[in-house]
Amino acid sequence: MKRNKLAIFGLLVLGSFVVLAILAPMLAPYDPSEIIENETIPPSLKHLFGTDDLGRDIFSRALYGARISLTVGLVAVTIAVLIGTLFGALAGYYGGLLDSALMRMVDVMLAFPSIFLILAIQVMLTPNIYNVMVVIGLTSWMGVARLVRGEFLRIRELQYVEAARAIGCSDLRIIFRHILPNATGPIIVAGTLGMAGAILTESALSFLGLGVQPPMSSWGNMLMDSQAYMRDAPWMAIIPGILILFTVLSLYFVGEGLREKLNVRG
Amino acid sequence: MLEVKDLSVTYFTEAEAVSAVSGVSLLVAKGETLGVLGESGSGKSTLALALMRLVGYPGKIVKGEIWFKGQDLLKLSEAEMIKIRGARISMIFQDPFTSLNPVYSIGDQIAEAIQLHQQVSRREAWSRAKDMLSLVRLDSRRISDYPHQFSGGMQQRAMIAMALSCRPDLLIADEPTTALDVTIQADILKLLLELQRDLGLSIIYITHNFGIIKEVCRRVLVMYKGRVVEEGETLKVLNDPKDNYTKSLIESLRVLRT
Repeated sequence: MKRNKLAIFGLLVLGSFVVLAILAPMLAPYDPSEIIENETIPPSLKHLFGTDDLGRDIFSRALYGARISLTVGLVAVTIAVLIGTLFGALAGYYGGLLDSALMRMVDVMLAFPSIFLILAIQVMLTPNIYNVMVVIGLTSWMGVARLVRGEFLRIRELQYVEAARAIGCSDLRIIFRHILPNATGPIIVAGTLGMAGAILTESALSFLGLGVQPPMSSWGNMLMDSQAYMRDAPWMAIIPGILILFTVLSLYFVGEGLREKLNVRG
Repeated sequence: MLEVKDLSVTYFTEAEAVSAVSGVSLLVAKGETLGVLGESGSGKSTLALALMRLVGYPGKIVKGEIWFKGQDLLKLSEAEMIKIRGARISMIFQDPFTSLNPVYSIGDQIAEAIQLHQQVSRREAWSRAKDMLSLVRLDSRRISDYPHQFSGGMQQRAMIAMALSCRPDLLIADEPTTALDVTIQADILKLLLELQRDLGLSIIYITHNFGIIKEVCRRVLVMYKGRVVEEGETLKVLNDPKDNYTKSLIESLRVLRT
């Protein structure tokens, strides 16, 4: 019950962030990359969240940043779920050598400290928002793969899978039509939690200057901009920090709520 | 119609090779019901799966021939075998509660079986699925219900509808009533016998229950530790068993009854 309330809270926060992000062009009082003031102003009525070191309106930047951060999170996690589901499904369904081969690949990927892998790739590529999404997706599918493999190992032994075989279903049909729909619960939960991770990774990357590039704003690079002014303009750090915190926390609440609702173990 | 010669199935574990079915031969004529009797672990379910070539890893059919309507099933490619499963040979299982996929409606699942083997539209498949439900004495208005809305007996009826939807020649029934109440058991058995008569179906009926075998099968095959230990007309086997295992099996029933 208590967890349920948290999940609803999370859903409300996420929902309003999404709406704000979609409506950003209408809601933003200023152009996010335009220099409005010639000084750094603390939050006031004119500038709800204040202005940053260059005199840009932080409220507008946060709105546009929400678009970037949420999109990156969603796209990255979608890529991760697709790859992870495919790997896990094939490994879990066929077992044997294919399973060993695919799972060793997962182990290898997990053995890399992924943040350094991402950094290395980003240094080689031109860091832009599309690369960020793809790179995060390509380095975060392993958990989903393991989870889906486990679900497939369990479900493939169930009688209705045997029954599907007995009416003449092909392997592919059994994998995608008979087993996968029964594994969606855990995948949705993992996807929700994974999105929180993806948003954090994006923020970290942008913070390090290898993610979303200025003048485009993301919550991560807003944090980076704030570094030098922590003492004089703390709002520059506090606002994107709180936004990231609330988004990630909300995703965790929603994920946990779904886990309970969908009866997912672990 | 079905002739199995010297069929052997072995499960290969890392430590050893376990023979689950060894050198089983059997014959089923058109319209006939053959009983396969055996205790748990006697290899009767493995035999059923082997007949459809569905023995899964780490099991393997190591020897034998399965002649079905003039062709050896063991020589077919997997693609050819898929066309036979559900169309010419069907199977129903022990536990109706887990034999239906929980995420699809009853109609979806029967229609799927039809559409896998026959070039018909979805609408046509659904209308045939409705006919199948009536055939197994289920209310065809409940075609859009999900498995959890059905009782165990109804689920087994739906399974039978699914298995027979393409009018197969042979139905393999692997303990189809074991998980059901005694009264429901009788209903399902009656239904199977009626359908057999109406559709000219051959049935291989697998069970550990001598009472049911006596009820539905003229001929019976007794399995023990993967081998056929006795075979013959049911009444003869029952009244005058030749094999020691069959004797003790029948004796144990007498003990239970008195």
